[in-house]
Amino acid sequence: MEALFAITLGIMTASGVYLLLRARIFPVVMGLTLISYAVNLFIFSMGRLATGVPAVIGKSAEYGDPLPQALVLTAIVIGFAMTAFVVVLALRSIGELRTDHVDGEEPRK
Amino acid sequence: MNHALILPLLLPLFMGALLLFAHRANKSTKRLLSLAATWTLVPIAIWLVLLADDGQLRIYALGSWQPPFGIILMLDRLSALMLLVTAVLAGFAALYACRGDDERGPNFHALYQFQLLGINGAFLTGDLFNLFVFFEILLISSYALLLHGHGQRRVRSGMHYVVLNLLGSSLFLIGVSMLYGLLGTLSMVDMAARVSAADPADAPLLAAAGYLLLVVFALKGAILPLYFWLPRAYASATAPVAALFAIMTKVGLYAIIRVFTLVFGSEAGELSGMVDLWLWPLALLTLGAAVIGALAARSLQVLLAYLVVVSVGTLLAGIALGSEAGLAAALYYLVHSTLVAGGLFLLADLIARQRGDLGTDLISAPALRQPLLLGTLFFMGAISVAGLPPFSGFLGKVMLLRAIELGADAIALWAVVLVGGLGMLISLSRAGSLVFWRPSAEAVGQPADAIRVLATVGLLLGSVMLVVAAGPLQAFVQATAAQLLDVAPYLQILQGGAA
Repeated sequence: MEALFAITLGIMTASGVYLLLRARIFPVVMGLTLISYAVNLFIFSMGRLATGVPAVIGKSAEYGDPLPQALVLTAIVIGFAMTAFVVVLALRSIGELRTDHVDGEEPRK
Repeated sequence: MNHALILPLLLPLFMGALLLFAHRANKSTKRLLSLAATWTLVPIAIWLVLLADDGQLRIYALGSWQPPFGIILMLDRLSALMLLVTAVLAGFAALYACRGDDERGPNFHALYQFQLLGINGAFLTGDLFNLFVFFEILLISSYALLLHGHGQRRVRSGMHYVVLNLLGSSLFLIGVSMLYGLLGTLSMVDMAARVSAADPADAPLLAAAGYLLLVVFALKGAILPLYFWLPRAYASATAPVAALFAIMTKVGLYAIIRVFTLVFGSEAGELSGMVDLWLWPLALLTLGAAVIGALAARSLQVLLAYLVVVSVGTLLAGIALGSEAGLAAALYYLVHSTLVAGGLFLLADLIARQRGDLGTDLISAPALRQPLLLGTLFFMGAISVAGLPPFSGFLGKVMLLRAIELGADAIALWAVVLVGGLGMLISLSRAGSLVFWRPSAEAVGQPADAIRVLATVGLLLGSVMLVVAAGPLQAFVQATAAQLLDVAPYLQILQGGAA
């Protein structure tokens, strides 16, 4: 399970970085979103991957660590707000600069 | 448990929320509330400095969850000093903003308070994940403040700033969660204890997490490969916002000091001092590159933004020395460079207002209405920032140059710092002579607003105050550096060894 999980995260992050480097606003926002998904899953996995274990300490020898889930929740909320902000900024940038390039101007040919 | 520790967070939090609800209130009410809250932070910060000066570590356990289980706020000399510098800078910048720069949008003052909440929180927290949260608070307020008002230039530079910092936040989360996965804690003091007892097989992973954090802090602190966003962003912000941003790069440097003296500090076994090797060349390269940028700058604000990067390089050199004297020199320089850079950003705006449409572009423009006043202030700020006597920049540099032992490293540091100082002097005298001595026409501008001048003079006089009070301040930074390098009392917090 760990290997599959790691490969998934790797592919997501790589796609995110690729999209980020496209330097157009829509792909960049998608790339940032993919990277933040991958990061959220990574935080989740830091509580160790296991199935069928209770989240309460002392009920069994093995227990699911609840703290990473709280961290993921915080990270999701913050990531969501930041993505919303980038989208609004992107709309304004298209309106004011008439281009969707992140440099605010078309690259020279 | 002393409740004073949480005041620098509660005050801007509640005032920011109040200002959000009162966003339809008239301008003068909002200004009064905002100024009152910002200036109240100064006596609170002075009180905290006096508290911290007895050398005792103080913690505030939120919800009375004792460490290592709960989130704690931690007050030592370093955080108290940073709080005081922030409060003074923010007070004068807010005063300046109240003369018109806050009218570009309805929520300037609310955003300003949230920005202060984020900065104060980052300086006080003793929990690594909490540090991330406060970073996000200060970042999202800074995005909004940077883009406050309209203008193509701001949107253009804001885009880079926002996207880069979002990527930085992702890296921060990866680093923090890796440390949590390996150590099972997020409290920085508990981390320090567990790193020292960590399995040697985990050391490479811990180091990887530490380096990831270093990349994030280097992005915030504008260190060499990661500073290219800074000049455009700072040059396009309004003057009071740019002045407040003078503390933002220092938040990154503070985080470097905090994490790499405490978590990966002297008790961390083979991981202790792992970043010093990297910080040293990066510091010198940052300094060099920034001086070249300053020489090439084509507007006064870009020049000042590069001077901020120069100060980052100088500070980082002090940190990289890893010795008590080096750290003390860096902290003195930090106080000096923050206040003077803030003052110079305000001064650049005063100059721009008297030059008509040309603003601060370094080309011949109509003469200034008040060349004597602005020229004197510019001259004072310039020799202070370039590190010439009699102002505080000189003392900071002397402390740094004396902190290093003779050897190849010393030769490199002296050469870079002194030649860099010369470069700064050349670029500042070029800018100054163009602005003050080569006018293209008669003066057209209005005389400067008295309150704006007062705020600018207040910050620049900080440089004089730092010289007048150099004795006690040097004793304080020396004690701060000694406290930071002695990790044992921090570890005692886990056994309840804090007030």
